[in-house]
Amino acid sequence: MILGLFGAPKADMVGTEQMSADPWALLPAASTNAQAIDTLYVFITALCGISMLGVVGAQVYFMWKYKKPANGHRKTSPITHNGRLEFIWSAIPALFMIVLFAWGEIGFVEQFSPPPDAINVRVTGQKWDWTVEYPDYPGAVLSSSSAVPTEEQQKQLQAAGEWGEDIIDRKPTLIVPTGVPVRLTLTSKDVIHSFYIPVFRLKRDAVPGRYTTYWFEATQEGEFPLFCAEYCGDEHSSMIGYVKVVSAEQFEVELKEATKLEQKDAESLADFGKRVFDRGGCKTCHNIDNDEAKTGPSLKGIWGRSEQLTDGSTITADDNYIRESVLDPNAKIVSGFSPQMPSFAGRFNDEHITALIEYLKTLK
Amino acid sequence: MAHHPAHADHAPEPDYIRAKKGIMSWLVTVDHKRLGLMYLASVLFFFLVAGILAIALRTELFTPGQDFMSAQTYNKVFTLHGAIMVFLFIIPSVPAAMGNFLLPLMLGAKDVAFPKLNLLSFYVFSVAAIMFISTLVMGSIDTGWTFYTPYSTATGGAATMAVFAVFVAGFSSILTGVNFVVTVHRMRAPGQTWDRLPLFVWAIYATAVIQVLATPVLAITVLLLGLERIFGVGIFDPALGGDPVLFQHFFWFYSHPAVYIMILPGFGIISELLTVHSRKHIFGYKAIALSSVAIAIISFLVWGHHMFVSGQSELAGIVFSFLTFAVAVPTAIKVFSWVATLYKGSISYTTPMWYGLMFLWTFTIGGLTGLYLGTLSIDVHLHDTYFVVAHFHYVMVGGTVVAFIGGLHHWWGKMTGKMYNEKAGAIGALLVFVGFNGTFLTQFFLGHQGMPRRYYAYLSEYQFLHQISTIGSWILAAGLLWTMIYLLHSLWYGEKATGNYWNATSLEWHTQSPPIEHNFHDTPHVTGSPYDFPEIDKSGATH
Ligand code: HEC
Ligand code: HEM
Ligand SMILES: [Cu+2]
Ligand SMILES: [Cu+2]
Repeated sequence: MILGLFGAPKADMVGTEQMSADPWALLPAASTNAQAIDTLYVFITALCGISMLGVVGAQVYFMWKYKKPANGHRKTSPITHNGRLEFIWSAIPALFMIVLFAWGEIGFVEQFSPPPDAINVRVTGQKWDWTVEYPDYPGAVLSSSSAVPTEEQQKQLQAAGEWGEDIIDRKPTLIVPTGVPVRLTLTSKDVIHSFYIPVFRLKRDAVPGRYTTYWFEATQEGEFPLFCAEYCGDEHSSMIGYVKVVSAEQFEVELKEATKLEQKDAESLADFGKRVFDRGGCKTCHNIDNDEAKTGPSLKGIWGRSEQLTDGSTITADDNYIRESVLDPNAKIVSGFSPQMPSFAGRFNDEHITALIEYLKTLK
Repeated sequence: MAHHPAHADHAPEPDYIRAKKGIMSWLVTVDHKRLGLMYLASVLFFFLVAGILAIALRTELFTPGQDFMSAQTYNKVFTLHGAIMVFLFIIPSVPAAMGNFLLPLMLGAKDVAFPKLNLLSFYVFSVAAIMFISTLVMGSIDTGWTFYTPYSTATGGAATMAVFAVFVAGFSSILTGVNFVVTVHRMRAPGQTWDRLPLFVWAIYATAVIQVLATPVLAITVLLLGLERIFGVGIFDPALGGDPVLFQHFFWFYSHPAVYIMILPGFGIISELLTVHSRKHIFGYKAIALSSVAIAIISFLVWGHHMFVSGQSELAGIVFSFLTFAVAVPTAIKVFSWVATLYKGSISYTTPMWYGLMFLWTFTIGGLTGLYLGTLSIDVHLHDTYFVVAHFHYVMVGGTVVAFIGGLHHWWGKMTGKMYNEKAGAIGALLVFVGFNGTFLTQFFLGHQGMPRRYYAYLSEYQFLHQISTIGSWILAAGLLWTMIYLLHSLWYGEKATGNYWNATSLEWHTQSPPIEHNFHDTPHVTGSPYDFPEIDKSGATH
């Protein structure tokens, strides 16, 4: 942490415990798959360790034993080959290769063959957050961007001394129960991402225009980081979140709690709107405190602003325009931008939209 | 062993460096040795540039947060580092720079088969390099050296220029490859049968074959990508109706064989270093030569091992995993044969030998860690983490670069006519060894702990390992700078090199250092193996 002050990475705000106290040891295994893989991992490590010792052991011995005398050279062996030796050192590695291949193949097929009773979860990547939906639990949608503010915002918050626990609406990206198989179906809205959970030893690419899957059965409760493992541009290193593993009994309660988005007692509509805004991950693409454009235009002073659209017309941003921008963003495209905003129809209801509009009005 | 008439009766002839004067005599030269030197200067320059970028990356990674590079800058820098290292340093390093210089000499020939084509190839390479560098003022590229779609289709900057630079560089590779294949077939000295070729020639030959066969696929791939970017033709981008995974198939169909373009020439160098400096015949000549060819062939069939988690079918993954293990066997055979070569030798601890011995450690680690990645279920965990970064740096730096630096010392006197200082060389080798392992050994652990690659900021629990790695990279940089300094120093102050300062037997040692313009006064005749050293005990020969 010597130079940690230079800027708090978003990474640190995931706020999970260290996965592993000892960087040289095996990472904790929190799923059935991880345990199976670790056995093979240890086996390969032993195999490689022995081979390495054999190779460098022989080498170092020869280096010492056959060092050139101080003056001149000694006579050296005329040996040029040895058929039997060469056969042996080809056959033994070949046998081990077959073992490794078969063992790895069995584990791999297992990783991608979910049991029929698995809970279904849909994971959608987009620059630069994950949206996780539980089709069997209506309305249950999680998003990694709601977990943490972006780096820029953290800096500003820290500078303003407003940095505190309550400022982050800390939410897991994924909630799963122990002892129940869970099947993920991945896809992407833009470029390729990869949904990687190290403690489960699993990842697969989220590819636009197709679906990929894998499954796991968690064995250990806790909160563990997850990463985007396929390079996807500017904020690739911030496309991270955490999976929360809870007991099977707690699962539904936790899921409800985490996905609930309701106005609290005594909360103003604009404050509620801010939470909706955070949950929607709008900050990844929109600045709110300066005029600089990100992927989308800055929303500072949006309400009442007149906008030039790509079709040449101008429009004044009023309630209806903002509503349309959120529910059907590609209907009107602001000039100078590309249609990259996802639709929030189905995720936000009328109360959410109303609150959002009230919040956007406050961004002056 | 070669036999050639004594040439004491020849009038002294100037060497190839002094044979002609003036900058023009270099710019239009068709002498393979001068072209070799020009390539050498270019690739060393790019190694320096990309090396500086690497140190910048490692330094940024010293702390988990942002230190002096923003995310965007980091992305551009790692892309530039990787792309320059691959396309402008490693691929041309051994084949184009050392291959050009050594191949005709080792064959006892006057030049390559098509000297003018060789010059053309150099200029094509230079154009590609300039195109590539021009991306720097065009907004740079942030796609990674792999140019994965659809990211590369949509991103801004100069990606179009960069892919065309790669396209052009490919032609240079193809021209050089064709030239070398023909040279090996047609230009061997009388008596130099295929089993009397130095293993360096075998390696360059296998490499040239891959270059000729695989590079066109890269050319087509980047051309398609260029078309998609410029005209919006939907090939890889799903938004345009294309298939992004198709790009990966195309890309790795070239780039996997290309990793053998990067490593096979290194194998060739190692075979020369370990024999000459231990005064031993290579152990298992046939196995080493043929395993290069086997690797060259199988390397075309394993591209899918880069795509186990990409969404390609599981069956494809299984087949590719199997074939990947099939390449591991010939590679293992080579390593064992090299170690066996040391047996009952007479080992001199010269700088080239230190690098040869270092290679047996670092390349073996690179090769063995490939077994983890070839094992399907394990790769699902390790893919796109620092484990992969460590693995390919062990192969490319611990393999090819170590062999390249070793070879550079071995033939330095031959190329420049000056000897480097042995003590300085040993110090450099030690720094490189410590620095290199410090940088990359820790990264295997990082990868297993889950640290993804291409991250400019990371969880603080990874900090300890990252810091060791960064400190290692500083030591490595110091070792390389030190090496650069004493090598340059030797150009002015080094001792004069004699014609055969290692007392070696292959043909390049049968002419003066540096060689005369036409290499040999009289065509040498080959009567035996290039590894038939006078120290070998022939008295009671048994094996
Ligand atoms: C993936 C990036 C992205 C995300 C996430 C995103 N937007 Fe947008 N947004 C854009 C882009 C790009 C535009 C401009 C193109 C257009 O008009 O659709 C835009 C336009 C807008 C506009 C119109 C702006 C103007 O100047 O007229 C509003 C309002 C808006 N977004 C609100 C939101 C809200 C609220 C959220 C969160 C619920 C959100 N956006 C999330 C990318 C995004
Ligand atoms: C000299 C010491 C070197 C150091 C310290 C170094 C360091 C690095 C670092 C820090 C990265 C970025 C990793 C990441 O963020 O994912 C990287 C990537 C890479 N390096 Fe090196 N490197 C070195 C030499 C080389 C050499 C000689 C090659 C030869 C081919 C090479 C090829 C690459 C490639 C291909 C990438 C991947 C780039 C990408 O992800 O697109 N490196 N290196
Ligand atoms: Cu990513
Ligand atoms: Cu490969």
